[in-house]
Amino acid sequence: MPDDPSYLQPAPLPSFGLEYAAAPESTAIVSIAERYQLFIGGQWVEPRSERWFTTTNPATEEPLAEVAEAGADDVDRAVTAARGALAQWSAWSGRDRAKVLYRVARVLQERAREFAVLETIDGGKPIKESRDVDIPLAAAHFFYYAGWADKLGYAFPGRRTRPVGVAGQIIPWNFPLLMASWKLAPALATGNTVVLKPAETTPLTALLLAEVLQEAGLPDGVVNVVTGAGETGAALVAHPGIDKIAFTGSTEVGKHIQRELAGRDTRLTLELGGKAANIVFEDAAIDQAVEGVVNGIYFNQGHVCCAGSRLLVQEPVAELFLDKLKRRLDTLRVGDPLDKNTDVGAINSRAQLDKITELVAAGVAEGAEMYQPQCALPEKGWFHRPTVFTNVALSHRIAREEIFGPVLSVLTFRTAEEAVTKANNTPYGLSAGVWTEKGSRILWMADHLKAGVVWANTFNQFDPTSPFGGYKESGFGREGGRHGLEPYVELDDLVAT
Amino acid sequence: MALTETAVDEVGLVARAAALGTRSIKTSSKLAALDLAIRCMDLTTLEGIDTDGKVRAVCAKAVQPDPSMADIPSVAAVCVYPALVPTAAAALAGTGVRIASVAGTFPAGLGPLDVRLDEIRWAVAAGADEIDIVLNRSAFMSGRYRQAVDEIEASKEACGPAHLKVILETGELGSYDQVRRASMLAMLAGADFIKTSTGKVGTNATPPTALCMAEAIRDHADRTGTAVGLKLAGGIRTAKQSWQYLVLVQETLGAEWLTPDRFRLGASSLLNDVLMQIAKLRSGTYQRPSDFTQD
Repeated sequence: MPDDPSYLQPAPLPSFGLEYAAAPESTAIVSIAERYQLFIGGQWVEPRSERWFTTTNPATEEPLAEVAEAGADDVDRAVTAARGALAQWSAWSGRDRAKVLYRVARVLQERAREFAVLETIDGGKPIKESRDVDIPLAAAHFFYYAGWADKLGYAFPGRRTRPVGVAGQIIPWNFPLLMASWKLAPALATGNTVVLKPAETTPLTALLLAEVLQEAGLPDGVVNVVTGAGETGAALVAHPGIDKIAFTGSTEVGKHIQRELAGRDTRLTLELGGKAANIVFEDAAIDQAVEGVVNGIYFNQGHVCCAGSRLLVQEPVAELFLDKLKRRLDTLRVGDPLDKNTDVGAINSRAQLDKITELVAAGVAEGAEMYQPQCALPEKGWFHRPTVFTNVALSHRIAREEIFGPVLSVLTFRTAEEAVTKANNTPYGLSAGVWTEKGSRILWMADHLKAGVVWANTFNQFDPTSPFGGYKESGFGREGGRHGLEPYVELDDLVAT
Repeated sequence: MALTETAVDEVGLVARAAALGTRSIKTSSKLAALDLAIRCMDLTTLEGIDTDGKVRAVCAKAVQPDPSMADIPSVAAVCVYPALVPTAAAALAGTGVRIASVAGTFPAGLGPLDVRLDEIRWAVAAGADEIDIVLNRSAFMSGRYRQAVDEIEASKEACGPAHLKVILETGELGSYDQVRRASMLAMLAGADFIKTSTGKVGTNATPPTALCMAEAIRDHADRTGTAVGLKLAGGIRTAKQSWQYLVLVQETLGAEWLTPDRFRLGASSLLNDVLMQIAKLRSGTYQRPSDFTQD
C-alpha cells in the first residue's frame, strides 16, 4: 500500500517464531527390571548358557537392563516346551483361541502408553510413532487374526486347516512389538506354538508382551521368548524340532537361513530388505507427494524395510519438487525420541549408525550432491541428520544398497516406461509408491512394477487386512490378511466319496 | 480464461493437517502462542442486530482485552458491517487497533458491481483500514474466472489505501482443488489477504482448508515474490485451535508469517477462551467464565 506508509512500516514487532518447549512423554509408567530371564514354558528361567547381554537406550547410550542370552541348550528347552504345548493348544476350539487373542489385543490397548514409552526407550523411535503407529497396529493385528481363529473353515474353501506345528519366529529391531505381533497373531490363531526371538537391541517390549500373553490366559509353553543375538537365532534355525521359520531382517541373513534349511522339512517365510522407489509424476499433487516422500524415508529414521529410499521424479517438476522437499526437511525436528514433537529419533544402534555413515560417505565420494538440514543434534546418543542425495546415478552404491537410515537418493525420469525400468532395476522388490492424479497411469504402473506392495498417492500405509511381502531378494511369503494364514496351516483336501 | 493449478490430494492434505494438529505446545510456548493469537485476532461482530453500543463494547475489549491483566496486547482489528464503521472509528481512534469492514454486499457478494464498489469506497471513507469482500462465487463456480478476477481488481482499486481481504467461502467450494484455484485467483487479482469464510455458512475454517490455502500462498510467494496474508475465520472458538493454526502456519509458511500483517484469526468468542487459558497458565488454576467480560 504505497499511499499508507504507516501500514507498511509498523512499529518493529517482536519476533514471533514459536519455539516448541520440551514436551517429553513421562517415563514413570514403565518399570524396567535390572535383569530379564528367558520366558520358557510359562516360567521365567535363568539361561543355561549363563550369559547375559546389555540392552541400551540409543538416545542416551545408557544401559537399560541385562538380558539373558539363550544358548543352544536354552533354545532346545524352549522348543521342547513349545512342542509339549502343541497338542493342547491346537485342540482348543477356534473360538477359545480367539478369546485369548482378543484379550491380548485389549490389554495392548489398555497398556498402550506403557508399551509405547518402552518401545521408544529401547529402540529410539519417536514417541509419536510408537504411540500412533506401532502399538495401535500391533493391537489391530491381534484383533484381526482373533477374528479368523474360529473361521478357518472359510479361509480356504473346500479345504481343512491344521497347524504346521512349532514355529520359530525371528523379529527385527525396527518395529519390535509390531513385527512380533505380525508373526504371533496368525500363528496362534491357527493353533501353532511359537519360539520367538526378539532382536538383541530391542528385546524389552517382546518380554513385556510375554507377560501380557500369560495374563490373557495363553497356556504355558504356547509362546516362549528366547532373547539373544545372531547365535541364538542360528540355534533356533538349526533346531530339528522346528516346523517353520518366519524371519524378518536383512537379505544376507535371510539367504543364510534358506541355505541352512535346504534339505529339511521346515517351512520358511522371509521378509527381507528393500530399495523402494517413490515415483512422482509431473501431474501429482506436489505438496502431498512431498509429504509422502518425507514419510516414506524419514519415518522411523528410515529403519523400514519398505522405505521409499529412492525418489524418482519426473524431470519437468524435479527442481520444484526438490526445493519443496529441502524446505520441508528443514522443519523436521530431530532429537529426543520421548519428546512428543520429535519427528526423527535416534538410530537404533552404534553399528547401524556406522553403516549409514559409511554409505553416506560413499555417496559423497561417488559424486552425488548431499543436502542436510543444519539442525542441532543431541550431544549424546546415536543420531543422523535427514539426508537427501541429488545427482545420483543408478550405479552409485547409495542407489543400489539398502541403507536402512534417513537417506534419500533422488533420480529423475522422462517417461513412465523409464520410471518402471529404473524402479525395477534392483535386486529387491518389496514396495513402491506412485504419485499421479491420473487413475489409468496408477493401474498401468501397478501392473508393471515388480513390488509386493504398490502404494498410490500414499506411502507406508499398513493394515492387518492387507497382505505384505516381497518379490525377488525382498523375500517370499505374505504377512497380513487371509494370505497371512497360509504359512501357518497345512491344508487337507476334503473329498466327499 | 483457463486456470490450471497443481492438484491437491485430499487424503494427504487431511493427514498432514491432522499431523500438525498433534504438535504438543506446552508452558512458555503456549503463553507465547496465546499472546500471538491475540495480536493476530480480528475481533468480529457481524450481526443484523449490531448497534453502536455493541460495537463500542467490542472496541473497548479489543483495545484492552482484560483489565485485570494489563500486559495483554490489543487485538489486531475490529471487524464490523459498514454502517458501524464510523462508531468503531470513533472508539478506536489513536489506539492502533485497526478497523476492518465487510463490504461488497457481504455475505453473498451478489449485488450489482457498482453497488459493491460504492460500498467499499463508503466504508473506507468512513474510516475502515481493511476491507473484507467475498469472491464472486457465482462467477467462479460457473468458470467465469476472468470476471471474478476483474471484480477483485476493481475492488482493490476501490479500497484505495485500505487493505483488501478476499473471502473464498471455502465451505461452499466443494473440493480442495477449488480452494487452491480460488486462492490463486484471488492472489493474482491483487488480494492482500485471502480469507476462508464469512462465518455465515455451515463449514468455516478447518485445518485442511487452512493448510491448502497456506500452501497456495507459499507457492504464490515463490513465483511472484509477493507475500499474501492468510485469514482464518469462523468456528475458531478455543485457545487450542488457535495455537494449532499458528503451528500450521509456522511449519508451512515459516515464522515470518506469524505477524498481524500476514496472519489473522477472525473470531467473536475465541478471545475469552484465550484469556482464560492465559490466566490459568499464570495462576495455575482455572478462573470462572464469569470472571471474563462478555462483550
